[in-house]
Formats: sequence, C-alpha cells, structure tokens
Amino acid sequence: MKILIKGGRVVDPVAETEKNLDVAIEDGIIVEFGNNLKEDSAEVIDAVGMLVAPGLIDMHVHLREPGYEAKETIETGLKAAVRGGFTGVACMPNTKPVADNQTVISYIIDRTSGLGLARVWPIGAITRGSKGEELAEMADLKKAGAVAFSDDGQPVTGAGIMRRAMQYARMVGLTIIAHCEEPALVAGGSMHEGFMSTRLGLKGIPGAAEEVMVARDIILSELTGCPLHIAHVSTAGSVRLVKEARARGLKVTAEATPHHFTLTDQAVEGYSTSTKVNPPLRGEEDVAAVRQGLADGTIDVIATDHAPHTPEEKEVEYDRAPFGMVGLETAVGLVWSELVESGILTPARAVAKMTINPARILGIEKGIIQPGAVADITVIDPAREEVVNPNEFASKGRNTPFAGRKIKGLPVLTMVGGKIVFSRL
Amino acid sequence: MYSQEIMQRGEGPIVLKRRQSLLIGTVGEGSVMGLRKKDLLGLEHVETDEISLILDTAASMKEIIGRQIKKVPTLRGKTVVNVFYEPSTRTRTSFELAAKYLSADSVNISASTSSVVKGESLKDTSATIAALGADVVVLRHPMAGAPGLVANTVKAAVINAGDGAHEHPTQALLDMFTVRERKGGLEDLKVAIVGDILHSRVARSDIWGFTKMGARVSVCGPSTMLPPGLEKMGANVLENMEDALLGADVIIMLRIQLERQQQGLFPSVREYARLFGLNREKLALARPGALVMHPGPMNRGVEISPEVADGTHSVINEQVTNGLAVRMALLYLLAGGGTQ
Amino acid sequence: MDGVAQKAKIMDKEGIRRAVTRIAHEIIERNKGTDKLALIGIRKRGVPLALRLAGKIRDIEGKEVPVGILDITLYRDDLGTRAQQPLVLQTEVPFSVDGKTIVLVDDVMFTGRTIRAALDAIIDLGRPRLIQLAVLVDRGHRELPIRADYVGKNVPTSRREAVEVRLQETDGEEDVAIMKEKEPGAIL
Repeated sequence: MKILIKGGRVVDPVAETEKNLDVAIEDGIIVEFGNNLKEDSAEVIDAVGMLVAPGLIDMHVHLREPGYEAKETIETGLKAAVRGGFTGVACMPNTKPVADNQTVISYIIDRTSGLGLARVWPIGAITRGSKGEELAEMADLKKAGAVAFSDDGQPVTGAGIMRRAMQYARMVGLTIIAHCEEPALVAGGSMHEGFMSTRLGLKGIPGAAEEVMVARDIILSELTGCPLHIAHVSTAGSVRLVKEARARGLKVTAEATPHHFTLTDQAVEGYSTSTKVNPPLRGEEDVAAVRQGLADGTIDVIATDHAPHTPEEKEVEYDRAPFGMVGLETAVGLVWSELVESGILTPARAVAKMTINPARILGIEKGIIQPGAVADITVIDPAREEVVNPNEFASKGRNTPFAGRKIKGLPVLTMVGGKIVFSRL
Repeated sequence: MYSQEIMQRGEGPIVLKRRQSLLIGTVGEGSVMGLRKKDLLGLEHVETDEISLILDTAASMKEIIGRQIKKVPTLRGKTVVNVFYEPSTRTRTSFELAAKYLSADSVNISASTSSVVKGESLKDTSATIAALGADVVVLRHPMAGAPGLVANTVKAAVINAGDGAHEHPTQALLDMFTVRERKGGLEDLKVAIVGDILHSRVARSDIWGFTKMGARVSVCGPSTMLPPGLEKMGANVLENMEDALLGADVIIMLRIQLERQQQGLFPSVREYARLFGLNREKLALARPGALVMHPGPMNRGVEISPEVADGTHSVINEQVTNGLAVRMALLYLLAGGGTQ
Repeated sequence: MDGVAQKAKIMDKEGIRRAVTRIAHEIIERNKGTDKLALIGIRKRGVPLALRLAGKIRDIEGKEVPVGILDITLYRDDLGTRAQQPLVLQTEVPFSVDGKTIVLVDDVMFTGRTIRAALDAIIDLGRPRLIQLAVLVDRGHRELPIRADYVGKNVPTSRREAVEVRLQETDGEEDVAIMKEKEPGAIL
C-alpha cells in the first residue's frame, strides 16, 4: 500500500521549517521526501497549496468513557478528533470510575484499538478517585500505559498531598498536569470576575483563584524536581508566573486552549451556557497575555480541553450548567484564524504547539515528520473556510460557543499509521 | 400638575389652568406606543422612552388603585402565571393584585408546590406553562439569567421579578416612579444606594434605570460587597457612607442578609450598622426633603433605624402602592397584542 | 393627516359655537336645571367640549357644574387584537358619580363602541342616577344599540370616510370636516 502526498508544503516543527516536498508513504511509514516523486502505483493525494504536518496531538481531552457515555464515547470522541485533524489525544482520568487504577487505563486502551481512528494516551489520576487524599498507584498506572498524571477537573487542594504526588511522579518519571484552581477563591463562581460578572449578576471567579495555585505548584515543582505542566492557562498572572519559572530554569510547561486565546468574558452576555467553562473566559488583558505567551513560547502547547456535555445538561440556568465546551473540531480553524493569520505564530510554531511540544511533555515519540517515522500526518488547507455548525460535529457534544463563527484554515486530511482516517479533500 | 389641581378641588367647579392644554393636547385617544421587546428581563436593555411610557402608564393605573371598585376589564381572558422559585410575599402579591385589578386570571406556582422539587428543568417547566396558555409569565428565580431562558422557550411575555444578583426591573421602576411623583422628575437628582451591592439585583436595576433617566447614582457599601466594574455601569463608587449621603436627593437602603456575616463579608452586625446604617444624624447630610427608600423587608436597627424608617422622609409604604401601579402598567403593556 | 384630502367642511367656528350653546340649553331644559348634574368628557376632544358646555351652563344658569375627564383605553374591546397597546391616560373624575345625572360628552359618534366603553368606565366609578350622551357630530354606522341625547349635527357619511373635529384647545383650529379615507385606527 503506497500513498503519495504530492505538491504540499511540509511543515517540520522541530526544525521550524516549511518546504515544498512530496511525501511518500509505504506500509504505514514515511519512506521518502522529495520533489516530483514518481507516482508509480501509489494513491496520489493532491496537496498543492496545503500544509503537510505531523499528526496533531491534543494533550487535553475528555473522552468521558467509561461512565459518561451520554456525553461522549471513546469512539465518538476519536471521530471528532480525526475530523479535527488530530491523530492522537491524551484523555483525562475524570471518568466513572476515575482512571486511578490499571483496569480503567487498560479498558481505555482496549476500547481504542481496532477502532482505526486516532491514537489515545490515557492520563492517570494523581490521587485515588481524584479526591486529593491518597496517592493513586502511579507506577502501576504508568505500566498500564498512562503518560502523565492529573486530577483535572478537580484541583489538588492540599499542598501536602501535591508535594508528595510530585515527589512520587518524579520517581515514576512522568509529568504532573495541574488543574490550578483554589476552591476557596472560586467559591461557587461561574464566570470570570469583572465588569461582566457584575453586570450579569453571576458569581465571579477571580484570576487569582488560578494564579494562587499556579504559584503554589511551581514552588512545589521546584521543591520536588518534578516536571509540571500547567493545564489551560487563562490569566495574565499565570502566564507571568510560568514565564518567571521558565526563566529560572524550572521544568514547567504550560498549555492554552483555543477558547482562552479567542474569547473574552464578553461572550457570556446572553447567558449562553456554551460559554461556561473552567477556567472561565477571561478579560481582554488576559486574552492578550495568553496570546503573547503563545507568541514568546511561554505557553508550549495548544490543547482543547474538549469537554462534551449533553444538551439536557447544558440547557439550564447558567449557574446550574456544567463547565466545559467541546473543542476538537474547531481547534485548528481557530489556531489558524486567530494566531497564524494574524501573525502571532508561524505555521511551523503553531504546529509545534500541537505536535512535538505535547509529545515531549508526555514522553511519546510523536510529532515528527521525516522519512522513517510512522505516517501520522495532518494535512491543513490554510485557505479553506467554514462556518462552524455544531450539527456537523462527529462529537456527541454540541456545546460550543463558536457556532456560526467563520473560521479559516481547516484540517482536510488525517492519516494515522499510513491509513487515511478522515478526509474532506 | 393639572390632575392634582382638580383633585384638590373636590366636588367644586374646576377652572382649567395652564397645564391643561398640554396634557390633553399632546397625546390623544388612540395614540399607540409600545415596548420594543416582548419581555422585560432587565432595565439595561430598555430605552428611556420606554421607561417614560411605563411610568406614565403607571400614573394612570394609580388612579384605579384609588377607586372604591379597583377593577377594570382591560385584561379579561388573559392569564398571568407567577412562577416563584424563591419565596417573596411582597412581589408575588403585588403582581397577583395587579393582574386581578386588570381582570386577568392569575395563577401562582411556587417552588415548594410545583414539580421543581421533583427536579424538573426550568425549560420543561416553561414548556408546561406555555402549554397552559399563559399570556404573561412573571418569574422570580435565584439564578441570574433564568428569565431569559424562559423567554426563549415561551411565546408569552416574560417579566423578570428578580433573578439572582442580576436585575429586578419592576423594583427599580417603582423606585423611579416614586421619586418622579415626589420630585417631579429624575434628571440631575443625586441618588445614593447603600448596602450589599454585590448581591443586589435591585442596585443593578436602579443603577441602569436612574442613570438612563438622567440621575446621578452613587453606590456605597463595605469594600467586600462592592463588585468590580460598577463605574462602568455608570455609578460613582464610594466606601464611605457620609460621602454618599452628602447632598443626596434620594437614599435607597438595601437589605443586608445577616448570613453574609458567616460568609466573611462583614465582621459584625453592630459594626455594619455603625458604618452603613441610616440614622437621623447621617440623614441630616442629605438634602432637605430627601427621600428615604427601601425595597423591603427591612432589618430595622441594622441598615435603617426605626425613626428614619417611619420618619417624614420615608416613602417606603408609598413604594408598595406604586409597585402595584407599575406592575399593572407592565401587565397592560406586555399582555396585549399577541395576534400580530 | 398625511395623504388624505379634505372633502368638505361641515361646521365652522360659529357653527360649533352655536351647537354647543344649543346643547347647553337642551341639557338644562331636559334636566330641569343643574341639580346633581355633572359633565364627563371623553378623551381627548370630549374634554374641551365638556368644559365649554360647563361654561355655557354657568353663563345661562349662574351655576357651576363639575367636569370630569374619562380615559376609556382600559375599557376598549379591541385590546389584545392589536400589535401594540394604545396609550393609557389618566381618568380624572374628582367627584362622586353616585346619584348624579351624568352627561357624557364626545366629539364624534360613530360605531358606538367608545360610548359603550365609557359607560362601563363610569359604572366602575359608582352608580349614577342617569347617564345621558352629548356629541358634537353623529355620523351614523352604529354597531351597538346606543343613541345620543344631544346632537350638534347629524352628518350622513360613508364608512370609508372620516370625520375630523378640530378644536382650538387640542388642535389650534376650529372646524369639522369630512375626510375621504379613514385614518387607520383613529376611531374606535
């Protein structure tokens, strides 16, 4: 089985280069780069005008299975992933039961194989039941296939247990992904605290609720030597803290979501619950700081925090609605429209934040495009536009604030292990 | 005012004075004007001419409340459903009477008696109310934005009777009506709102309403209860009550929920009363003839001293009567139409 | 009135004055004086007419007759069939109607629906002994069994026409004219 991707512009996030090259794939492996490669008997993909990138990785996804199959299943989640241009996702452990033991991790891996969609790297829980009390069996989780630890959705409230978790995770050799949120400052809030929350009469969550924990976890990372990855950075203060930590040479990385670099709390006007997300959509200065952090490299990763919910759960009062929005199928379009088109990131650096950077943090050999590598490839058409229509989503979740928004720069072909798993060419 | 002149003359002959031609000459029988939206969700998105229309209509409605037979046939066959997810005798009774005086049928659904406790969603409850044929839904809800959710679900007009800390537009309208009636207008008046601004939907609606009508609004309260961005809403923000009261034409005292103390928002009732309670000494800082208002129910001796609550400046009971007139006006303005 | 041509002037200033004077005489005569008499003008042009009648009666009898103002909007029978609600103005009847002889005053009588609404409105205020009706112009086309006791002028019209009364107090002019097209929604 031979495939030839012809006439495209290959984006190498490691070398940060773009070159016009044909890509030849045979038996699931990239075998050759070159100009005017012979077609022979290969299936030819015309990629003129398009970018050919390593398969994109979303390191922050909620697949919901097991336990919340009404929101999403592994299968629908992975269909959404490949439709969104992702060849692999790391899934968060806040399932039911929580992925705090080998069985759940093995279940997720088993359910994935044979689907022929995107790859899945499970993230194990930091504490049992993500309750923040006792450590999960981290070494066993790693053995079963976990690539990092997180209690995402729940902050690890106690500094003591977080310290022990980091010490242990360092020994195990995996990164802690921190969901930074101080519950006493969140105090039942449902949106960013500022003029908008005052106007709408919704309880606010101050930026400080995130920053206090970012600061604590950076300090604990320094104490323990454990690599720390800050999930969904949303405030200017968090960006500054990460930047300072990095300047001091700490093993701290960070991610930002498309919604946090695109939308402000203005979007909450009208109380649409699809705008309810944790951390909340922040103020203008915060969005500007997140963009700046992406531009200057403080924020290494773009991840979606894809969090599907059922319409029944979301069609309620704003205060009562669950936090979270889907993101897999709008991410690339938003990265291109908001960051690449406006010159904040070059295509290569944008691709790096969705390929090699998350791969390095998770310790997986992915995110590269070169002869000899497994053919996980995403083809992006930077000129292609669409108006976001949630009814076309492959995800079960329709909870997006981007419905009706025009985005430009779309994934058009997704290849996993040399197999085309999605195409709209 | 012309109307007051006639009223004062009782049975005697009337002599028409200068205002007469203005009153009967500018607007006439059959003049049509309405609110722009099907619902009243808050005052933020209501324009000044609409506020004037509501207040003018309320003035006409107030005459009916003064009659021996307090009933006009205007809304015969219309149904007003009062849905209260929070207890509120005052507001609910006011809406109920307003509907009755206009001959509408009114039904009350309260959280304790409805399927709310069985976990039915607000959307489903709305659909049920719509299926029952309500023309107007009056909604009180502890969560901000809930009336909008209902308004999007039902064809009926939705009147927000208070949603979380968002808005309480009918309270602000009755406040404005009371001030306008007493002061002849709202423009350039100095209005001070004192208390727990953070949790107050009344404060938010009052800020929007009074500033739109040309008054200058100051808000004042403990720093822990002053949410960010009030300046952007058009209010002057003060932490010292004396500063807020100085030269005020209108003082609106807010109820302080005593459980806020447990939430760490103020140290003690005693200290709160000392710093932010209205007593005779502080009232003396306001303009002579200043009005003292309170949306009720009052914590006497906490945010307002009994002598001030019952004193000559207090228009707190008038507010209740005026609330009825304002709600009649809103039911009239929103319950009509329908067929077009 | 935009785009509506005036057809014919049917009363001028003098004509109106004479009609009001005559009606004032008739009211006194029919009621054998002014005892317990009160006038209630229907907004808006019934109001100046009622005041003028009260003035004439004072001139003739030397007695003051109380005048009230009625806004019948809340009693209309077409509420709820319109896209927007008509403006409600205040009713100002500063005397008790109980046991009184009430003369309702309006400018034009047409379908009778305004008068029906006015009767309901007065009865909500109390129990008069007697209600009479005075109009400046009766143009016919009744839809209810109602007739006027005092008429300034009977004017045969077609339904498509409109009768416009203009008075100094409300319009700055003084005449009655027939207009070709009916002003939409102008007359109840």
